[in-house]
Amino acid sequence: MKLNIVMKKALRLVLLLLGVSAAAFFLVSISPIDPLQTNIGQAALGSMTEEQIETLRQYWGVDVPAGERFLYWLSDAVRGDFGTSLLYRRPVMEVIGEKAGYSLGLMTFAWIISGVVGFLLGVISGACKERLPDRFITGGALFLSGTPAFWIALVFLTVFAVELGWFPVGLAVPMGVPADQVTLWDKLYHACLPALTLSVTGISNIALHTREKMVQVMESDYVLFARARGEDPRSVVLRHGLRNVILPAMTLQLGSISEILGGSVLVEQVFSYPGLGQAAVTAGLGGDVPLLLGITILSAILVFAGNLAADLLYSVVDPRMKKGGEPR
Amino acid sequence: MSEQNLNTLLKIRDLSIDFLQYERGLRRRITHPVSHLNLDVEAGQMVAIVGASGSGKSLLAHAVLGILPYNAVMTGTMEFDGQELTKKRIETLRGTEICLVPQGVSWLDPLMKVGSQVKDRSALACYGLGPEVDQMYPFELSGGMARRVLLATATSRTPRLVIADEPTPGLPLDRARRALSHLRDMAEDGAGVLLITHDVELALEVSDRIAVMHEGTVVENALAGDFPYPQRLNHPYAKALSRALPQNEFFGGGAI
Repeated sequence: MKLNIVMKKALRLVLLLLGVSAAAFFLVSISPIDPLQTNIGQAALGSMTEEQIETLRQYWGVDVPAGERFLYWLSDAVRGDFGTSLLYRRPVMEVIGEKAGYSLGLMTFAWIISGVVGFLLGVISGACKERLPDRFITGGALFLSGTPAFWIALVFLTVFAVELGWFPVGLAVPMGVPADQVTLWDKLYHACLPALTLSVTGISNIALHTREKMVQVMESDYVLFARARGEDPRSVVLRHGLRNVILPAMTLQLGSISEILGGSVLVEQVFSYPGLGQAAVTAGLGGDVPLLLGITILSAILVFAGNLAADLLYSVVDPRMKKGGEPR
Repeated sequence: MSEQNLNTLLKIRDLSIDFLQYERGLRRRITHPVSHLNLDVEAGQMVAIVGASGSGKSLLAHAVLGILPYNAVMTGTMEFDGQELTKKRIETLRGTEICLVPQGVSWLDPLMKVGSQVKDRSALACYGLGPEVDQMYPFELSGGMARRVLLATATSRTPRLVIADEPTPGLPLDRARRALSHLRDMAEDGAGVLLITHDVELALEVSDRIAVMHEGTVVENALAGDFPYPQRLNHPYAKALSRALPQNEFFGGGAI
């Protein structure tokens, strides 16, 4: 029974990755970007001999049909070889490993902070429905959700980095410092502002959803009964509110990994933060198909893992599913 | 059956509940689900409020417990034990002296063990519920068990006023009778019991008085012994209810 579920999920993951990589490859193949022109430049190409250009065309695989290229890539990928990045000239996995180190830290931080802060704000807001705190929180959340991530990033950059000078303007490490002298503090200091920006952009979603759920819970019969039994508002929120709101919130937050990923692309771009998002943009614009596919696959796995975790969470935490599943 | 000098426990005078609703932008609409309602409940007595759904029965219960929705406006006076029942006083009394027996299992927190929702766990045993019920979640309760758990929430303290909001729907007749007999026991023990129901027949079996609620107000307040006789009632709606009783079909319109 259990094995059956694992097999089903695994099969689903394989199909998902296959579909996602094929779709990504198809999109790149119809992209009008000519890797030679983009990466070498019209002027440089003009001064090259036919032979040199031919070598480059082979390097970028321009003349091989898209389907064939995809199959080449796929046959290597299933054996764990994701090829070599054409721009970085290093194995894709190595490039991703390096970039992911920066990005995953950023995203984990933002994911946790936006989750915790958003959840708390949502609970407060829902518990104080249509009173002052609710109006402020809902208003703020609506404003945030209507604001593009890159714009918030720009505003933060202008205010906190340029005007106030509290944080560095960009990059993940200080400029002009040898790599072996970069301290952990330096890295954290540089990650602060991008991570904060990414957190802020993720708050509104969870806050607004938690508020809705909280309002529902507060209007439920069991909260009415709790009040009729003499529980004060604080106890109602803490004993019944949190208990019933936390599961949907966790599910939502686990399902919103894709949004944090998407946001990180924009935020990293604004802060010139050398993470996965920036690498994805570089790869996409430069026609570096192996790197782009590698990042796509990794992103798909992350999102899949988030959804899977949400699924499993319910069966582990919710007594109705935990006990309901056991034969009695 | 009715003694003199009964101690009036709950006294409701001229109670009205208005709802403020906004429809289509800023247009306000006020509805009056309960208007100019008077009702007394004496200690040691069981008063049944009968009436169709939507006649405002549950709202009355919620008003006494101070759990009306935020957009409800309440006017009129309520007295409990001779003193005005203010919002503040309700908050100290509910759960201890004034208890609610709710309608169904949806009134229990679905994610909290039953034992934690019943303050005095020994009360479960009083209704023949085993110790295993303590560790159960509401979804694991059968209909009859849930009913007893809900009763136990009220009896786990020593309430002076018990308000039971439709405690019988969905129960087979013998179970419904048993649930009501538990409430009757509370009255015998000296509590005032307000039974909200739309089952007139069952209400007649256990109650001392029947209050008929129609369009938001109590239109008839009769002794249970008088209720089967339409000619002893005043309001046409109450008379119609009385005539609809099965025994009156037998008596051909209620002339005895």
